[in-house]
Amino acid sequence: MTTAQLDVKSEAQKLDAIPERIVRWAEDRYRNPVGKYKVWRGTSCIMCGKCVEICPRGVHVKPEGYRRFLRPRDDFCIGFKCKEIGRFCPDHCPQKALRVEISPIYESLGDYRWTADLILSTWRMAETGQVPDGDLEYKVGASGGGFDRIHFRFPEVVPDVDGGEISTAIELNRRKENDRPRVRIDIPVYGGGMSFGSVSPITMLARARACGAWNTFTCTGEGGYPERLIPFKDYVITQVATGLFGVREDTIQRARIVEFKYAQGAKPGLGGHLLGDKVTLAVAAMRETIPGNALFSPFPFHSVYSVEDHKKHVDWIKQVNPRAIISVKVSTPVDVDMVAVGSYYAGAHIIHLDGSYGGTGAAPDIAKKNIAMPIEYAIPRVHGFLRSEGIRDEVTLVASGGIRTAYDAAKAIALGADGVVIGTTELVALGCIRCNNCESGRGCARGIATTDEKLIQKMTLPWATQRLINLFNAWHTQLVEILRRFGMRSIAGLRGRTDLLTHQDYEDQRKA
Amino acid sequence: MPKKYHIPTRPAPPRFKRVGKYGIVDRREDCSACHNCVKRECIYDCYKDEDGRLREIDGYVDYLYECKSCLSCVQSCTKGLLSRKVNPEFAALGDDTWGPDIISTTWYQAETGKIPVSGAGYGGRFVGEGFDSMWTDMSEIVRPTRDGIHGREYISTAVDVGRKFNRLSFDRNGELSQFPPGLIEIPVPVVFDDVHHLNLPESVALTAASAAQRMGNLAIVSSEKLTEPFNRFAKAIIPLYEGSVRANEPWLKKVQMIEVYDGDDVVERIGEAKELNPSLVVGVRAKLDRRSAQRAVELTRRGVEVIHFYADAAGREREHGLSRHISRATREVHLALVEAKLRDEVTLIASGGIALPEHLAKEIVCGADLVGIDMPIAIALECRLCGSCLNGLSCPVELDRIDIGYATQRLMNLMGAWRSQLLEVLGAMGLREVRRLRGEVGRAMFFEDLERESFGPIFGKRKTEERMSAAT
Repeated sequence: MTTAQLDVKSEAQKLDAIPERIVRWAEDRYRNPVGKYKVWRGTSCIMCGKCVEICPRGVHVKPEGYRRFLRPRDDFCIGFKCKEIGRFCPDHCPQKALRVEISPIYESLGDYRWTADLILSTWRMAETGQVPDGDLEYKVGASGGGFDRIHFRFPEVVPDVDGGEISTAIELNRRKENDRPRVRIDIPVYGGGMSFGSVSPITMLARARACGAWNTFTCTGEGGYPERLIPFKDYVITQVATGLFGVREDTIQRARIVEFKYAQGAKPGLGGHLLGDKVTLAVAAMRETIPGNALFSPFPFHSVYSVEDHKKHVDWIKQVNPRAIISVKVSTPVDVDMVAVGSYYAGAHIIHLDGSYGGTGAAPDIAKKNIAMPIEYAIPRVHGFLRSEGIRDEVTLVASGGIRTAYDAAKAIALGADGVVIGTTELVALGCIRCNNCESGRGCARGIATTDEKLIQKMTLPWATQRLINLFNAWHTQLVEILRRFGMRSIAGLRGRTDLLTHQDYEDQRKA
Repeated sequence: MPKKYHIPTRPAPPRFKRVGKYGIVDRREDCSACHNCVKRECIYDCYKDEDGRLREIDGYVDYLYECKSCLSCVQSCTKGLLSRKVNPEFAALGDDTWGPDIISTTWYQAETGKIPVSGAGYGGRFVGEGFDSMWTDMSEIVRPTRDGIHGREYISTAVDVGRKFNRLSFDRNGELSQFPPGLIEIPVPVVFDDVHHLNLPESVALTAASAAQRMGNLAIVSSEKLTEPFNRFAKAIIPLYEGSVRANEPWLKKVQMIEVYDGDDVVERIGEAKELNPSLVVGVRAKLDRRSAQRAVELTRRGVEVIHFYADAAGREREHGLSRHISRATREVHLALVEAKLRDEVTLIASGGIALPEHLAKEIVCGADLVGIDMPIAIALECRLCGSCLNGLSCPVELDRIDIGYATQRLMNLMGAWRSQLLEVLGAMGLREVRRLRGEVGRAMFFEDLERESFGPIFGKRKTEERMSAAT
């Protein structure tokens, strides 16, 4: 591997600084990384070293001075694809001691939306910072609809654009009346709200630091603003949600963007829910509540029953912080287009649509599966409606709720969004396997979504930060590549270009 | 304000080991017995009793299936000896409609009475058959919502079974010329249907009747099955008559409602029953098929007060060849009744394929007043849908020996959880009572409509289903 290794010790000296935007190797934190393939070495091996020579990926390792091999690094293995280049180790082993098969763990990993391939490829991106080159499907899942059936129609002849001049930056404040600062982010992606309490402090800090490195934002969620985030305040959105947990004047004044959470895609129509087990002393102090008591955010804002009430809300925040821009996060009811227009007239700068298949720390299964509209339908509706109202260029439309890959992000933009908000993908990059147990007992067994003292220690901050910086790099590379293939120089040019998309289930399958 | 209706739930642990989803594969041959074995680190304590359990003759692998699948031990074992697999027994549970996930969530609810809550987003397909091709809608900003189960607001889930006149009519003397027929209010829009798909022991029907009695609800039981032990629950039972109502006459006087199968002489049979017990509510049970809409209008015109359409176990019309899903067929029936200005005169019950509380909400959105459930009753009592009873084999979960009190609690737990979830959905929609949900398609989105409206202008014409299946 040519990339530099992450040096945890030296990084630990500068935890309060914004890290540099450098890709560094951030290896899987477990002893036995999971790969798509499993490589078995039989007892008939004579330690000849032929496999070390032949393997293009460093699966077989025999360190200097060792008589025996280490256990094969089967997470590096690209499997049967290796046959194409004639370097499939079982074919070359003189003793026929090697066997390559699909890993049984791979077969039990993932679901329709987050397939095993998507989880593993996200892990690879977080590890290497590069686009995976094996046979992992890193663009779409297997849900059978929406983004998974929509594809780009790339022209056969690639226009001559240099990758270096392509910009993926977007502007978040597009209002004509220019009373507030412009806010520009370098990638059309920022992080969704994950509250203190639902995720570990390390997860929270790592997100803020990585977003700092990439000049974009993360969001505090509704659980208050931990002080350790203050050094990164220019890259942190603070959220005002129905529970108003930890919302104070100074937290609002600190933020460049304040987000109103009206609803969350994974449980629209229902408030937030933090189970009692997760309300530790620190969480309770932050939220000004009692440890051990489950916390419900009411739904909805009981002071908002109309667009006029909503405007009052927005004005309140604008008054408290005259330099903040306002984002309004709503989920996707059938009249989502009306809601979006209403939010604009109430003075919002960013309209954040959270589709029905978003993530959550805990939600009733009935809400996650059923309520509200998938984001793929909502984006073109809102984009079209804002356009017909003549206000499309005065507001930033961001989409979330099921954006898993860079390709999902690009498709969302082509459908009409300016940018996207992600959440689950970041957690997967940190090692989430989507076991769905974030909410129970001590919380996440992998130390990502927990406040348990011991479990938190399962990952270090420099490592977690690096994983996310790497992830963003891989996404950036892919977005640049998509733009390059279309001959575009800016991501803004892709917005609303539905003519560049095709849907597998529709009659019209024209090539570009 | 009336007293809040509440279904008392209480933990009712399963009698038999649950079938877990994931299992750990443990290759012990190479184990070097590290003193800091990763098994001790399991945060769910899965391995705690391993030593003792390994010596059990029966089910010594069961502990491996309690795995919550965090992969921590698999990824940390010094020698990499552990692996994970989906439990083959779990994967083989049930069938296409009643799959392992539905069975295990039903078990969970019957055991705990709680709403299934989980972390991370939804992992299922984008869209599926029947109920999976519709989304319910909620309110936001522009429409107020209601506080669901955690809130202070009272949301009613009660529905009426029976006939309601559109208007009163009077004779020449100014007296009421028609007396309103009996009307039963039940607190939850779900009745227990006769489980006819399986060959279940009497205990299951008794459980349904007993749970119905305790909940103030109703249970449909085939009239031939009504033996002495059912007498205790008479008020909660709807006897279902295949032929003449005189076949089991004593019951007509004991119950509030009966059901008779549809047929040419159905109105006469209803008359016969009402002669014997004038306050009786009589429902007509009819197959759900392509003629259902027309039949519903005919029956309502002839004064039928309750119509119960039953689909097959998969929620499909009882037709050969292409059959529609109960959601779409019910919508047609509902609209036909609305069109004929008869909708409010008749109560519509729909059953078949209702497996989850979301199906309940969606079926009511499609036009039913209430639903009947069948298989979930058996599953709540730990049935694994193995089909042994249909082949005359003994039941692996010994349903014939189940204690009725315990079984009643399991079924009430399930209904308690279902009702709480219905409240969540109603709250999110901003509805105060389930009666208003009926036919309220404004609170639902259908796959075909969303595709047409959102994607039609972009991608043009969607391939027909036949073309799609031909392509794959």
